[in-house]
Amino acid sequence: MDHLAELEARSIHILREARANFRRLAMLWSVGKDSTVLLWLARKAFLGEVPFPLVHIDTSFKIPEMIRYRDQLTAEWKLDMIWARNDAALASKRTFPDGAVDRLTCCRLLKTDALKQALSGAGERHRFNHDTHRYEIEAAPEPFTGVIVGLRADEEGSRSKERYFSPRGTDAGWDIGEQPPEFWNQYNTEFAPGTHVRIHPLLDWTEANVWEYIARESIPVVPLYFDDGTGRRYRSLGCAPCTNPVESSATSAEEIVVELTRGKFARVAERAGRAQDLEDGGGLETLRRGGYM
Amino acid sequence: MSSSTRVARACTVAIVGHVDHGKSTVIGRLLADTGSLPDGKLDAVAAHCRRASQPFEYAYLVDALRDERAQGITIDAARIFFRSAARDYQIIDAPGHVEFVRNMITGAARAAAALLVVDAEDGIQENSRRHAWLLAMLGVRQLAVLVNKMDRVARGEHAFAGRERAIREMLAERGITPACVIPVVARDGDNLARRSETMPWYSGPTLLEALDAFDPEPPATHLPFRMPVQDVYKRDLDGGLRRVLAGTVASGCIAVGDEIVVHPSGKRSRVARIAQFPTTSTEAAAGEAVGLTLEDQLYVQRGALLSRAAEPAPSIAARIRASLFWLSRTPMVKGKTYVVKLGTARVTARVTEIRQLMDTDGAPVERHGDSIGHNQVADCVLDLDAPLACDEADVIGETSRFVVVDDHAIRGGGIVREALGAANDRSTESAASRGAVLWLTGLSGAGKSTLATWLESELLQQGHRVERLDGDTLRHLLPGVGFSRAERDAHIQRVGHLASRLEHHGVIVIAAFISPYAAAREFVRGICDNFIEVYISTPLAECERRDPKGLYSRARRGEIEHFTGIDDPFEPPSRAEIVLDTTGLTVEEAGSAILDYLAQRNGAHDGSSR
Repeated sequence: MDHLAELEARSIHILREARANFRRLAMLWSVGKDSTVLLWLARKAFLGEVPFPLVHIDTSFKIPEMIRYRDQLTAEWKLDMIWARNDAALASKRTFPDGAVDRLTCCRLLKTDALKQALSGAGERHRFNHDTHRYEIEAAPEPFTGVIVGLRADEEGSRSKERYFSPRGTDAGWDIGEQPPEFWNQYNTEFAPGTHVRIHPLLDWTEANVWEYIARESIPVVPLYFDDGTGRRYRSLGCAPCTNPVESSATSAEEIVVELTRGKFARVAERAGRAQDLEDGGGLETLRRGGYM
Repeated sequence: MSSSTRVARACTVAIVGHVDHGKSTVIGRLLADTGSLPDGKLDAVAAHCRRASQPFEYAYLVDALRDERAQGITIDAARIFFRSAARDYQIIDAPGHVEFVRNMITGAARAAAALLVVDAEDGIQENSRRHAWLLAMLGVRQLAVLVNKMDRVARGEHAFAGRERAIREMLAERGITPACVIPVVARDGDNLARRSETMPWYSGPTLLEALDAFDPEPPATHLPFRMPVQDVYKRDLDGGLRRVLAGTVASGCIAVGDEIVVHPSGKRSRVARIAQFPTTSTEAAAGEAVGLTLEDQLYVQRGALLSRAAEPAPSIAARIRASLFWLSRTPMVKGKTYVVKLGTARVTARVTEIRQLMDTDGAPVERHGDSIGHNQVADCVLDLDAPLACDEADVIGETSRFVVVDDHAIRGGGIVREALGAANDRSTESAASRGAVLWLTGLSGAGKSTLATWLESELLQQGHRVERLDGDTLRHLLPGVGFSRAERDAHIQRVGHLASRLEHHGVIVIAAFISPYAAAREFVRGICDNFIEVYISTPLAECERRDPKGLYSRARRGEIEHFTGIDDPFEPPSRAEIVLDTTGLTVEEAGSAILDYLAQRNGAHDGSSR
């Protein structure tokens, strides 16, 4: 087995453990490359079916191609697709940069809070109906107790300290100092009422591994990652106001691998184009302690 | 493409040692000297240190959490990725503080090799010993030692030789032979990525050379085949609905056509297909995640362990002698019930005997009572509530390792040293399962008795307490029943009371009666806690065609009166938990549907309801 095969097998193992241990399980799908790889791995793990819903947190600032691509794959792969949004924050214009709040507050409202409301069932959830090809508001949304997230340890400091199965307290808080141990392919799958567990099958993957795998498996990813002829492409996808494209002429996963391992991005951090990380010297850790992915 | 040759080799290395001996500095400096840091990262750390009026601190490159920087210690294991000229690495920076042994174990248990950092001036300290001992127990066999801060001992060869001797002795006591002992000054980068000019007397490998010499742990393909079953999926394959046994091969190899044994039940079949969506293979080896279908539709559940019939079988233990380490501040106490997870099996267990107790640094604890304290290691005996398929640690490591769960979290771990038989009659021990009443109702010849017998044997093999109630087993207890409605109702009520008493004691009752009247069945539902109505809905024509006891022909000839379906009504259930028409089904297919339902309802595949 080569390294990619090992990574793939470990991720599948974790996905299957999640499925076997959590009855109310969901996977976050941001439509980015990492969670799309995760979706691909889920189809492998469960032999062609994805036996749990996918949840997309729509900030309404996402790049429009992402939404089109999401709905296209939803129909093609018969995915149980749910999206949710913090309509209250949007209505009162508590957003960045068009509203009165800073980047981190905007992230907390449109992503963390929207996510928490979607997971607990307290907020409105829109579920895709494959007969009508439309989203419908879920009648009685149930809380999810297991949530699969495609984050990677090499992205950022606090993510490098994550567990594969990470118990979250009430209100989705993360107590970094008191994480329970996890070893020998045994995970913390039990939890107290009112809490949930975040599951991270991609922790051991690097950005380069993700592109190597996309290239090897020919995984369809949103075209925003490739140069469309303007000499620019996105390296990391988030909300339009806070995500900047990079100068690059890569038009395929293979070319991106070369760029990352030996080319111009070999020494440039992936999230360098994400403005919210730069605030406050530890912006992402602050967000993540509060329940951010 | 050269990136694919890189992909082919990767190695996970844990870095351990006493707090403040410089683990994070070693990694930070190594990243800087190998050009593995993103542009601007060093500048950012320098700016941070200036603001805090501190000297430049390489450790900040890896100690990313605010609390870690504030306290100057590593709290939780971090994964750090870097590439040498030879291959990819994942370095796991394990905390050295005794308070965070659980985090050190979380990090080190994944590693193929380890680096032990020892301060040249301080020498071997408590956590140097503790970590070395834990590495041995975790099964990490490759080790390199760094004697750090050589500048504090004037970079002297003699001082180094003394440290090296003491370290080698300490490791030998724990059965470890280090690959090398390297003098370094991590802050200056001496002997990390480049050879030190200030310690010319040292001719051994640098850290980078030592790393590149480690073997990325090969999967255990040379050992007997073991695969813990993670789950069973039903998928349309080979022209029918097949049960796919999903799991990751823990050791050994398997091929299509091999005869396998399912433990602990002992059932056998052959591998029909090895599915790895979207492809199918003819063989699989340790480390691969696969889905197996078998030639026979055996009923197998999560928790089973598969082996190859041609190879040595695992032990089926009722008790285990184990080396167990405890990581919770609440001690593990003798006699209390805990959950043991080994492979995918999950059994409740109690410590019945503590033979020896040590601190995690290997020092014996002379006076000990009936408990295993925080960061202690015990040689102890655990009694298991259900038979557990496992291997002894010196036979197959992968299937000898277990964790102990209490109060929703992993609190300890251990390895099976010895699999032991039953201490006493197991029927008095399996108290943990939840009782249930499986009430099989349906016409004569519908398949109730056949199913009941099959269910009884399956549930017994799973370690449950089971009682089958039907005409045969109750002939002597409740004899002479007539066929009038009143007599039938009274009979069903008596059976119901009996079932309810048994259920309260954790017994799974399998009741198989025609029980044609809805009101009588509802009465039983009302007095039981966990009543599961199974309507065997096989149509009359099929039952009459089967006519196993010739009763239908006798009823048709008028020799039997009040025969259900002929001249007495059957009132079909309106809210049965399970409805099964056995026409065209094997007993395994029909029975599996019932066991799946029971497992979901009783086994509660969700942590919150366990």
